[in-house]
Amino acid sequence: MQRIGVFVCWCGSNIAGTVDVKAVAEALKNEPGVVFSTDYQYMCSQAGQDIIKNAIKEHNLSGIVVCSCSPRMHEQTFRKTAQAAGLNPYMVEISNIREQCSWVHKDMEKGTEKAIILGKAAIAKVNLNAPLTPGESPVTKRALVIGGGIAGIQTALDIADAGFPVDIVETKPTIGGKMAQLDKTFPTLDCAACILTPKMVDAGQSDKIRIFSYSEVSQVKGFVGNFDVTIKKKARYVKEDLCTGCGLCTEKCPQKKVPNEFNLGMDNRRAIYIPFAQAVPKVATIDADYCTMLKSGKCGVCSKVCTAGAIDYTQKDEYIEEKYGAIVVATGYNPISMDKFDEYAYNQSKDVITSLEFERLTNAAGPTAGKLLRPSDNKHPHTIVFVQCVGSRCANCAEKGKEYCSKICCMYTAKHAMLTRDKYPDTDVYVFYIDVRTPGKSFDEFYRRAVEEYGVHYIKGMVGKIAPEGDVLKVQASDLINNKQIHIDADLVVLAAAIEPDKSARPLATMLTASMDTNDFFTEAHPKLRPVESPTAGVFLSGACQGPKDIPETVAQAGAAASKVIGLLAKDKLMGNPCVAHSNELMCNGCSSCERVCPYGAITYSDKEFRMPDRTVAIRRVASVNEAVCQGCGACTVACPSGAMDLKGFANNQIVAEVDAICK
Amino acid sequence: MKVTYFPGCTLRTKAKDLDKYARKCAEILDVTLEEPDDWQCCGGVFTTSRDEIATKLSSVRALKAASDKNQPLVTVCSTCHNVIKQTNYAMQNDEEFSSRVNNYLSKEENYDGSAKVLHYLELLRDTVGFDKVKEKVVKPLEGKKIAAYYGCLLLRPGKVMQMDDPENPTIMEDLIRALGAEAVVTPYRNECCGSYISLENPESCTKRSTKITKNVETYGADMILTACPMCKYNLEKYGSGVPVVYLTELLAEAFGVKEDENAK
Repeated sequence: MQRIGVFVCWCGSNIAGTVDVKAVAEALKNEPGVVFSTDYQYMCSQAGQDIIKNAIKEHNLSGIVVCSCSPRMHEQTFRKTAQAAGLNPYMVEISNIREQCSWVHKDMEKGTEKAIILGKAAIAKVNLNAPLTPGESPVTKRALVIGGGIAGIQTALDIADAGFPVDIVETKPTIGGKMAQLDKTFPTLDCAACILTPKMVDAGQSDKIRIFSYSEVSQVKGFVGNFDVTIKKKARYVKEDLCTGCGLCTEKCPQKKVPNEFNLGMDNRRAIYIPFAQAVPKVATIDADYCTMLKSGKCGVCSKVCTAGAIDYTQKDEYIEEKYGAIVVATGYNPISMDKFDEYAYNQSKDVITSLEFERLTNAAGPTAGKLLRPSDNKHPHTIVFVQCVGSRCANCAEKGKEYCSKICCMYTAKHAMLTRDKYPDTDVYVFYIDVRTPGKSFDEFYRRAVEEYGVHYIKGMVGKIAPEGDVLKVQASDLINNKQIHIDADLVVLAAAIEPDKSARPLATMLTASMDTNDFFTEAHPKLRPVESPTAGVFLSGACQGPKDIPETVAQAGAAASKVIGLLAKDKLMGNPCVAHSNELMCNGCSSCERVCPYGAITYSDKEFRMPDRTVAIRRVASVNEAVCQGCGACTVACPSGAMDLKGFANNQIVAEVDAICK
Repeated sequence: MKVTYFPGCTLRTKAKDLDKYARKCAEILDVTLEEPDDWQCCGGVFTTSRDEIATKLSSVRALKAASDKNQPLVTVCSTCHNVIKQTNYAMQNDEEFSSRVNNYLSKEENYDGSAKVLHYLELLRDTVGFDKVKEKVVKPLEGKKIAAYYGCLLLRPGKVMQMDDPENPTIMEDLIRALGAEAVVTPYRNECCGSYISLENPESCTKRSTKITKNVETYGADMILTACPMCKYNLEKYGSGVPVVYLTELLAEAFGVKEDENAK
């Protein structure tokens, strides 16, 4: 028989507001095995933990039940408490009477009744708990960073700086990401390239960092400390080790009509290309969709002009397998498509552009060499209208936009408006907004400067219609403060499109078994206290893949993710999770059901000798579990028809005991 | 195939061509339009006040007639379509509304919201298919540049009409292309022409309608295509002189059954 202690937490008024905690402690006192029961305001605090420790010693407890918040919140805390008092940490059970009880009930009587029942279930379970000891597994001291934008670059640099090797996998031919496309950065207006490209060079030159550009992660297996990753290096038809990046091929290629994605299709590039002058690695890539040689076998100009002999039309996709101890996701964001926002005539007029296109139009390395010219006729625009929240905060139009605030648009629009007025004082600049949100260091001052010093017309209200007519864009909008309809004949309209996670994130999350929210942003292990870790052990989050972020926040998170990775890689061994499956070989009938459902490949079958009645020996095929690989998901225990598979810490008889306690 | 056809009152007076050619073209497309015996005006406007029941009863009766025959209810006038579809949506989704409406009706007339309401355009697109429409064209309208004009009632509210994207519709453009003409996409195609304000305040209506037709002119369209008698009236009377034709007229022309107006 166990000697169980019950500890009921008030969580301030979080639990005590709708659950009579004293009544719960009193009621649970009489459950089988319970020898001590009490309540306290904050059980997770030092004083609360001391109550538990003292009770363990004083009452010689063999198991404890803490009626408090979700185990995701404080199970680890209380396990450590128990361990400190000499109790096996797996003799601790959490009864969740906050998220699953007090927070969802308003009625004190019903809340209390339910809390008592939940407590009884946990007591029934802990009566059947056995001490567990986690196994150990080694750590591969190498990290993988998926995505080579500023987030991925910063994470990789910080990990490399601590002395660990790190690989960056980037799907584009160069690292740099969105930041490489930007002109200037708010609120200090430094040139994006001037602060980004040195970091790109550092990453390219570091002996600890390998860059797999034009590559994708195609398979992830294993677990924290021991990931087996397959990287697909797409054929770029150029030998990376030979190409010097001289760029002659990109000048001589006769296929001149390929939309240049780096300039968002506003100009053309060749079929063989280097995305931009500061690309890392500075290696040419052949676009197989447009290359005449690859499509029809007739051309070969690039091969003829290449003095380094780097062109290889026969190159194939290559698969590289590598082991990693930690994986950082830094897949970033994209502006949403404007196809469904035809009220803004994005598809009807070339002079309605997105903010990212505006960045390219004002960038000295962009299609207009930094001169602000309208895409339709290359004329200087005089009246420019910026529309904010296009697709953001769009609760009523979830089918075309996003419910959330994209966070960065207020600031970059203020930047665009200010820079336009600064460089072209002959322009009239309007910004239409729902709210201006500038809560960052020096952000609001920046926005005020745009209004007060640069005379940007900020108008509260949304644009309802943009009608291209001749060479003007007729903008109809509402001015909510003056309660007026406004009509503006604009030369250029810039839409602050909402941002969304990159499309590659969803399949990647499946591969990593990392969770995502409904918007496909990666979920953090805890929104406040573990913001750079994914709930999946060994997977970390960096940058906008976790939520909309500006550059300072991205860099901060990138560094934080790196420090978490360093903390992991610095360990020689990792404690495993002892709540894993095990097979009762005497009951196993060798059917392979468990092997088929195991998502981690943790189950193997082997032939074993068994002693049978009458001193005979039989050879039977039975399952065994690799405890280092098993994640304790329990799929096998459900699939097993003979009941041979069971999960330590969540055994079938424990679950049944819980259900019995609830139904009693 | 047979459908219940609700012409609406304007099609008996001002918009006879819309009605006449709807019938002729349906015949060509092997669709039989069956008019209910005693239909009344749809009410003209769908009032959004929740206690307004009486003006919606005639729509419910028409819906009931269609549902009794297990046929879709087809309308061609934008207003009728809007009122009847919204009424039907309320019958399906608003229990209080539907029980109050049914209290007004005799027991035999009680209606459960089961009829399907189709605009003539939807009939062409979803039931007949634009492919089949294309096959029946004998006089392709080659060289014609036509601007589709949806107006405000045809597509909105989008959740109820379920016909096309209210901001970026394609159904009328697809029809124009099926008939061999060039579809000119113009930005004001889903704006309001002014509607009934033409009676109260013609000046305001002139402002709106002219804005629309002038804009169409800058896109080089020869004519404006509409499904709505109100839009046609306003755009012609208060606009800048761009010809406005009903979609059924255009269909009849392409099918070679349009009467020569000079011969009349």
